[in-house]
Amino acid sequence: MKTLGEILLEENSFSEIVMGNTALVRAMIESHTRVVTSYPGSPTPEIAEAIKSIPKEKRPFYFEFSTNEKVATEVAYGAAVNGHLSTVFFKSVGLNVASDTFIQLSLMNIIGGMIVVLGDDPGANSSQNEQDNRHYACLSYTPVFEPVSPNEVYTFYKEAAKLSIEMGMPIILRLTTHVCHAKEKVKFQNWEPKKLDETPRFDVKNGPYIPIAADVFPMKRFSLQRLEKMKAYADMSPLNRVVDHGNKNIGIITMGLPFLSLMDVLEKTKEKPNILKLGVVYPIPLKVIKAFLETHEEVKIIEELDNFVEKEIKLMAYDSRLSTRIIGKTDIEDWIGEYTPDKVYEVLKKTWPDLLPARKGLGDNIFEVPNRPAQMCPGCGHRSAFHAIKKAIKDTDITVADIGCHTLGFLPPYQVGELMMCMGASTAIASGLSLFNDTRKVIAFLGDSTFFHAGLPGIINALFNKHNLTLILMENGTTAMTGHQDHAASGKNFNEPTDIIPLSRTLEGLGVKHIYETDTYQQSNLTEIVKEAVGINEFSVVIAKHPCMLKFIREQRRKPSYKPRKVDIDQQKCQRFYDCIEKFACPTFTRTDDQRVKINRDLCIGDGSCLQTCQVKAITPSQIE
Amino acid sequence: MKGFNIYLTGVGGQGIGLLSEILLRGSYHAGLKVKSVDTHGLAQRGGVVVSQLRLGDRVHSPLIFQNEADLVVALECHEALRGINRALKDGGTLIYYNTIWQPLEVRLNLVKPISGAMISKQCQKRKIREISIFKTDLKDPHMQNIVLLANIDKYSLIPGVKKEHYIKAMEDLLQGRLLEVNIEMFEKERI
Repeated sequence: MKTLGEILLEENSFSEIVMGNTALVRAMIESHTRVVTSYPGSPTPEIAEAIKSIPKEKRPFYFEFSTNEKVATEVAYGAAVNGHLSTVFFKSVGLNVASDTFIQLSLMNIIGGMIVVLGDDPGANSSQNEQDNRHYACLSYTPVFEPVSPNEVYTFYKEAAKLSIEMGMPIILRLTTHVCHAKEKVKFQNWEPKKLDETPRFDVKNGPYIPIAADVFPMKRFSLQRLEKMKAYADMSPLNRVVDHGNKNIGIITMGLPFLSLMDVLEKTKEKPNILKLGVVYPIPLKVIKAFLETHEEVKIIEELDNFVEKEIKLMAYDSRLSTRIIGKTDIEDWIGEYTPDKVYEVLKKTWPDLLPARKGLGDNIFEVPNRPAQMCPGCGHRSAFHAIKKAIKDTDITVADIGCHTLGFLPPYQVGELMMCMGASTAIASGLSLFNDTRKVIAFLGDSTFFHAGLPGIINALFNKHNLTLILMENGTTAMTGHQDHAASGKNFNEPTDIIPLSRTLEGLGVKHIYETDTYQQSNLTEIVKEAVGINEFSVVIAKHPCMLKFIREQRRKPSYKPRKVDIDQQKCQRFYDCIEKFACPTFTRTDDQRVKINRDLCIGDGSCLQTCQVKAITPSQIE
Repeated sequence: MKGFNIYLTGVGGQGIGLLSEILLRGSYHAGLKVKSVDTHGLAQRGGVVVSQLRLGDRVHSPLIFQNEADLVVALECHEALRGINRALKDGGTLIYYNTIWQPLEVRLNLVKPISGAMISKQCQKRKIREISIFKTDLKDPHMQNIVLLANIDKYSLIPGVKKEHYIKAMEDLLQGRLLEVNIEMFEKERI
């Protein structure tokens, strides 16, 4: 077995089956990228996993998980104006956090080159929306390259890196969920390791680097001039291509994963429209598009999410007085969801119904299956927390969730966390909910990674403006939902051990007067503490902590001395109150046909946090043979 | 070759990722053109996990059209039925591990669970070849995926992919004791 790390550092050219996220890392290595930063978020964490597979001493670039996406962008920018090719990557909504810095990037002469890799999420597979981040490109005059497959992720990054260094400008590489996670054989070129030139090359003469008031205009002009150059590049770029089916009548302009969906749809048709597939989606290659429009009578634009490219194409067609019929989005549904092969079939069918053969669905030949929402894991400390907290608060109280595993508390049977917005928003939303409100207590929740990411300003505001609410910090020691990345209170960063920044002392330092702390497995203690905290008419914080048990049990299983543990139900003692299965609701508890409760031994980790939920002590620990 | 689509499904934590990677690399070692894509992130926490594999020369997206999968591989009963609803073509093949991880609404007693009998009934109706697998003496539930793999090989469910290809794939992905026990289980169950 060759490790991923060994594969990634292969110096000769080779082929390997890899995920888009992994292909990206090889492209970074071949391009001699020197600094890479990120904050974890789906669909991008596997980029960091690939980086981690290379031992630190052999890693050809510096990598860090920064505190949030804005910080990550700043670190990458700082390195790049010192002459190092840098890359920052994060999920779609991460760009909202990074935007204040990101928007400024294109004003700067970034001498080392800088690539912003976005993991956008059409279909909202694991995000709070499916925002179309191409709008940010327009807002900031930043070019966007959009690959469709692991092979293109690899070649597009290399092209972007080359251009970014040449022009000193930031370039966005926009990936989407199923481009990040697609796997296929990729042919990689050779890699010649180079010694890092460590000279800090920052020089104000390369600038200006201070955009302020009237000094902004020359910088803006510089930025727009570069964008003009990129327009010329777009028309020449090898990243755009035409699939010529010899069709003089109809054509399609598309980009990204919808291109592959379209190719699959067209496998079903007799007549095949020609396709112009854009690799550079901002600024769009106007000459290439114009030539394509001129040679077809009708052109359909198949564009996932918003009509970003469609508007620009129609504008150009109007100015050029083209008579080609251009068909963009036709109804609201065209704006929604991922452009899977099924979706592209539907979209195309609305435009050219005769082109596509009918597909027969299953009709009513479907047997309904109960939904399976994501769950907190067996042994999860958050489950104990919600079970205990529910006993301490009233139904009329308002609970505000944040982003993280604890968000899942909104599901039955807990239904704790009735609103959620984005990273770190809970405390300040709760502050607003507490205004003119003496009757309904407001309780906010926040994870520990999110506390550092964007949670602190809301907490400081609650103190500064004397808001009356209780914040419950759900501390599990890691960034759990995205795959257990360390954070500032974990005791180590991506590369080495580091001092813990303790939550409680941080809060003390800020001047929080009422701080409580308990392990969530001490459920009755937590119930009492929350009752007390909620009773105070001032800002109070409860730190409800327990290590992430998924991480813990995975680490335990790797040890040779590991002995699996389970719990059992003593059927003699069980009085069928169903507190374990209906209120505590660990997925381990299973209902039999005769309404007994049984343990699913495949799932149970024997943590025992459920023992205290049984009034008659019918749940017992059992040692495995 | 003509395209062949495989839809793998189960519950987060059942080991779909490894099984999918073995099928992917096994197909590759068999000289087939192959693409795949897995679910990552949020859903992995006890939710439905899906992995899609597409074999063939005229395959573009890693995503399979609805009800155009030739084979559904499921690690759990509810997901087997959901998988054939969503992905399997009429007349296709379902292989599933006959275990139940009850979904939330079943545990809360709001709906009835799915049984093997319901799956069989639906398979008959849609002329689906049904292969149900359960190994009574399996000590480590983490190896249910390898038991399924062994049966995929035993019934030659993926055209052109053979025992040696699966073993080579396992050797790419595992090492040491873990490789040994998995190969041992695979060899034992495929007969």
